[in-house]
Amino acid sequence: MALLSVALAHPLRDFRLELELELDGVVALVGPSGAGKTTLLSAITGLLAPREGRVALGEEVWFDSRLRVNLPPHRRRVGLVFQDFALFPHMTVRQNVAYGAPGGVDEILARFRIARLAEQRPGEISGGERQRVALARALAREPGVLLLDEPLASLDAHTKTAIRAELSRTLADTGLPTIVVTHDYEDAVAIASRVGVLVEGRLRQLGPPEELVTAPADAFVAAFTGANLLRGQATARPGAPTEVTLESGERIASQTPAEGSVDVVVHPWDVSISRDAAPAGVNALRCEVAALTRAGGRVRVLLAGPLIAELAERQAAELALVPGDFVTALFEPAATRLITRR
Amino acid sequence: MSRAAAAVLFFLASAIALAFLVFPLAALLTHSSPAALFNQLSDPLVTKALVVSIETSALAQAAILLFGTPLAYLLATRRFRGRAVVVTLVELPIVLPPAVAGIGLIVAFGRFGLLGGTFSALGINVGFDKAAVVLAVTFVAGPLYVRTAIAAFEAIDPKLVAASRTLGAGPTRTFFRVALPLAAGGLAAGGALALARGLGEFGATIMFAGSLSGITQTLPLAIYQAFDTNLDAALAISALFVIMTAAVLMSLKLTSHWHSSRSRSRTRSAIFASN
Repeated sequence: MALLSVALAHPLRDFRLELELELDGVVALVGPSGAGKTTLLSAITGLLAPREGRVALGEEVWFDSRLRVNLPPHRRRVGLVFQDFALFPHMTVRQNVAYGAPGGVDEILARFRIARLAEQRPGEISGGERQRVALARALAREPGVLLLDEPLASLDAHTKTAIRAELSRTLADTGLPTIVVTHDYEDAVAIASRVGVLVEGRLRQLGPPEELVTAPADAFVAAFTGANLLRGQATARPGAPTEVTLESGERIASQTPAEGSVDVVVHPWDVSISRDAAPAGVNALRCEVAALTRAGGRVRVLLAGPLIAELAERQAAELALVPGDFVTALFEPAATRLITRR
Repeated sequence: MSRAAAAVLFFLASAIALAFLVFPLAALLTHSSPAALFNQLSDPLVTKALVVSIETSALAQAAILLFGTPLAYLLATRRFRGRAVVVTLVELPIVLPPAVAGIGLIVAFGRFGLLGGTFSALGINVGFDKAAVVLAVTFVAGPLYVRTAIAAFEAIDPKLVAASRTLGAGPTRTFFRVALPLAAGGLAAGGALALARGLGEFGATIMFAGSLSGITQTLPLAIYQAFDTNLDAALAISALFVIMTAAVLMSLKLTSHWHSSRSRSRTRSAIFASN
């Protein structure tokens, strides 16, 4: 399977989009809206000509600003699944899928389990079905690259989980270099083998999901993975854990060597809650319980501070937490990572 | 003022306005008996004018659709410097007095006009000929179509056009398979408006093409001539017009309703936005 290589620079309203990407397998790009994700997809498909750069699939050069190559979208072997899917409303499902297909529409309809919808129009089918049609339509063209723009954003939470798992399998099966753009880190992890964080036009980090969690490049990446972020001043202590004085004045320890202004990264699942006094050698912060939410057998406890702790349901039940309670949040120095701020 | 009094005033004002608009139409249909009006429709003055109107309107409509649709598509999809000026030029004939349009056509395409020599050399004699009627109708009615068509093309979700391109369709295939079908409701509405306006065209036609029975005399010109000699014939043609125009407007409303309920494109709002 050919590799997609993208290098581009393009001015956006407030910053420049600048990135280089060598792509095989499924990569999810996450980042806040306006970070340049949709611009990147437009540049790859040819709907937008970047100021500078090069886009190539293996030996096929689609765009090269120096060689003045700029193939129109219909000459690039790329499948794009639009946000909200952009199905043709005046065509049936079959006509939509057949639009870019050289043939074999029946087989594709069967593969995506939409054969029974073949004569329906997009307005008459559900959101999940529309997504399958959009994916089938993009793949029917036999592209060399697959791009998906927020494929799960328009689905309700109830159907999303099942469709996400199905999408993940489908993308792995195609074996195509694939970029999935999403603003949801959880979706990214569920779908892709590698996750890139795009902020203000720059790729801050690209790696397997666990790498982003265990070794985030900066505070933004850490925040995107759902980690707690605290600010403080680090003081290195030879032969002992680094001491960090938080903005609240409280002191905690970390195994990460650091000195000066730092972001403290603690994952919710590394935070436990106790009503008793803290044992020695563990970081302890006295906090008020602000809210409790349950999801999938886990309880997320929002503590004023703010700090989020994620507990097993049984553990939360034993503590009998109620908003307004004062408790001690505990986390190990080894689970307390420091990122030096620039 | 009490709420009841305000309601009565609104109702009264509405009733007067509606009556004012309906009264002349009703008078047209009731001044002579339906049988008398129907008999007048076989008068040679009327039949000849009807034939001229149908011929010239059909040709003008074909020209408007054939040349106006690409123009509207380009103006709707391209952004370039001076676009606003071009759009204004296109819309100008809508608000221009018909007499001004007539004079303009004479000095442009007439025998002694700017292009008159060129037309003569090609063996086309425009002045006081059916071609002149077609030109006058196209000039006056065409912009109504183009303006509505621009709005219809602009209302198409740009993502659908982009989707077509990424699915391997070039600009031409995208136009015929995606843009044209999605804008169809709006284009039909624009076409109907232009047809209604063209059928009623009077001022520019009488100045540029004259009123020669059987050659350039369309139905509105025939009304004007019959008004002096045979009021019943004038009434008959007028009644015919009321019915035809009402039919055009009704079909326009029905097609836009049908189109918007059939697909989810925003053509219907485009029609209303442009009116």
